[in-house]
Amino acid sequence: MVEILLDATVRAGTPILFATLGAIINERAGIINLGIEGLMLIGALSGFAATLASGSLLLGVFAAFAAAFAAGCIHAFICVQLRGNQIVSGLALTMFGIGVTALFGRGVVGQTIDGFERHAVPLLSQLPLVGKAFFQQDWLIYFSFLLVFKIWFFFYRTRWGLELRTIGENPAAADACGIQVNRYRFLAVACGSGFVGIGGAYLSLASTPMWIENMSAGRGWIAVALVIFASWSSFRALFGAYLFGGITAMQLRFQAMGTSVSAHILQMLPYVFTIIVLVISTLRLQKGASQQPGNLGQP
Amino acid sequence: MKKFLALLAAAILLTACTSNDQKPTTTVAPTPAKAAVEKQIKAGFIYVGPVGDAGWTWAHDQGRIAMEKADYVLPSTFIESVPEGAEATRVITGLVKKGHNLIFTTSFGFMDATLDVAAKYKDVVFMHCSGYKTADNVGTYFGRMYEPRYLSGLIAGKMTKTDIIGYVAAFPIPEVIRGINAFTLGVRSVNPKAKVKVVWTQTWFDPGVERDAADSLLDVGADILTMHQDAPATLQAAEARGAYVIGYNSDTRKFAPNAFLTAPVWNWASVYTKTAEEVKNGTWKSQQIWWGMKQDLVRLAPLSDKVPAEVKALVAEKQQAIIDGTLIPFAGPLKDQTGREIIGAGAALNDGALLGMNWFVEGVQGTIPK
Repeated sequence: MVEILLDATVRAGTPILFATLGAIINERAGIINLGIEGLMLIGALSGFAATLASGSLLLGVFAAFAAAFAAGCIHAFICVQLRGNQIVSGLALTMFGIGVTALFGRGVVGQTIDGFERHAVPLLSQLPLVGKAFFQQDWLIYFSFLLVFKIWFFFYRTRWGLELRTIGENPAAADACGIQVNRYRFLAVACGSGFVGIGGAYLSLASTPMWIENMSAGRGWIAVALVIFASWSSFRALFGAYLFGGITAMQLRFQAMGTSVSAHILQMLPYVFTIIVLVISTLRLQKGASQQPGNLGQP
Repeated sequence: MKKFLALLAAAILLTACTSNDQKPTTTVAPTPAKAAVEKQIKAGFIYVGPVGDAGWTWAHDQGRIAMEKADYVLPSTFIESVPEGAEATRVITGLVKKGHNLIFTTSFGFMDATLDVAAKYKDVVFMHCSGYKTADNVGTYFGRMYEPRYLSGLIAGKMTKTDIIGYVAAFPIPEVIRGINAFTLGVRSVNPKAKVKVVWTQTWFDPGVERDAADSLLDVGADILTMHQDAPATLQAAEARGAYVIGYNSDTRKFAPNAFLTAPVWNWASVYTKTAEEVKNGTWKSQQIWWGMKQDLVRLAPLSDKVPAEVKALVAEKQQAIIDGTLIPFAGPLKDQTGREIIGAGAALNDGALLGMNWFVEGVQGTIPK
């Protein structure tokens, strides 16, 4: 039972994990991105349409990254080049994503593709409890594990990562050191958006291989909140996304097993949890213990 | 930063409450104009969801397209993703002002908006789907989906090996509960040992959650699933795990070529064509349409080859009995989940009891969130 629950947790948490990682890259460069929900939809549709047209899942993932990267460039242009309001631009990006995917998605509704399948890792997949959940998954999930590590490595073990963090903390100082602030920020926003797009593609290529309007169903907003919960760390993002996926998976399984806990209470859990996380993070901000980039959200 | 957090909390709560708040988009279907004969029908449709939902709204749109085949029907207009409430009043008024003389509003939440506009434009005919309020120029229409649900239950009851059948339920409203009960009665009429387990997703289309709910039912031993959402995620879950599945809304067997058995489906064309004809002839009268399989508003999609011949024969026989009125799914004796008798032998639940249904019949495992 625990094994099955863990497996469901990982599968429900992965799209949120990709989105959260993408958002972290944005915010590390000092740019708030509230367009995550729209970017996920753009990624989901592009990934699905590309796979449908080409028959290749790999191309689908690339298309999802590329389309969300392009949409991220709009946000980057407004926030970095024009120094526009990041909140407004992000919200506009979400609205844009919902609308544009509804428009162009009409032609692929009801189409089917073969989605990602599970591939077991030899030996490791035989481990008790965690074997099925972590080592009998599809390629995108293995990629998400790698990405969590890569992002940590990038920010804390490479010069570029250090420079990007500097920009997020204090762009003036970074500029004085000769770092090309705008170029870094632009790339960070666009690449981060691309990973968010892969999160969307996980929904339309692996979780449920189909396209349906608005299929991200609010997961992008959860990712925005998880960035704060994760205090801008990719490992804590993994923990947060799985915690969230786990609660969803658990409440459905409680119902299936016929527990007497009210379904309403169980369904509230993810959102109660979000509010608690926000309260705790705000309290931590007041104590000054935050990992938040110092210059976040400043145009 | 605190302001930002507050904003964020608000945004998340908002998403939690309203899962689809897209902007309405207007589309005029490009159909060539037809030769003028007698009174011409210019129909307008108000949809609650996008035509691309592959479920509820899509089925309505198929009905609209079928209606346009009549030569007295002009190209019709539909407006999709219309929010329920004040915005709907504005959109419906807009359609009337553009010269539409027959308006269909296809969601329960459009009820008051439809009546408001109808009171101002007496010469326009309004048809509201699934509501209970009428006026001289407002009729209602809905289908007895529980009839094909009952038939699909027969198939599930005959074909289950584990005697556990999973039901991925949407929202705890009478329409969904009625479906679960009718299905369960169908199952138990051929297999009294079988149980129907219910999981609520509280969604109409969130494929991720619905897939997970379907998986959770397969995990507790269900070998046949059915569902009430618009998205075909439950079908994919059954296909991936080698179980069987009974769909809903429309024939979506290509999402689960091996698992799909059948689906109770809507055929809105029957109401739309009939109404257009009556309005043309001037014989239309306000009434509350609640049609079943007899009038062909609801159907059972063609059974797959996986269904054994004897079961197919049984379903055909019972289907005829429903159409003839000799089989009534909600006839007594009926017991609720706790074994309490609701209605005795020889009687049947009336339409009022069906429309307000808020209890499970014997054999359902699950609770109705109150």
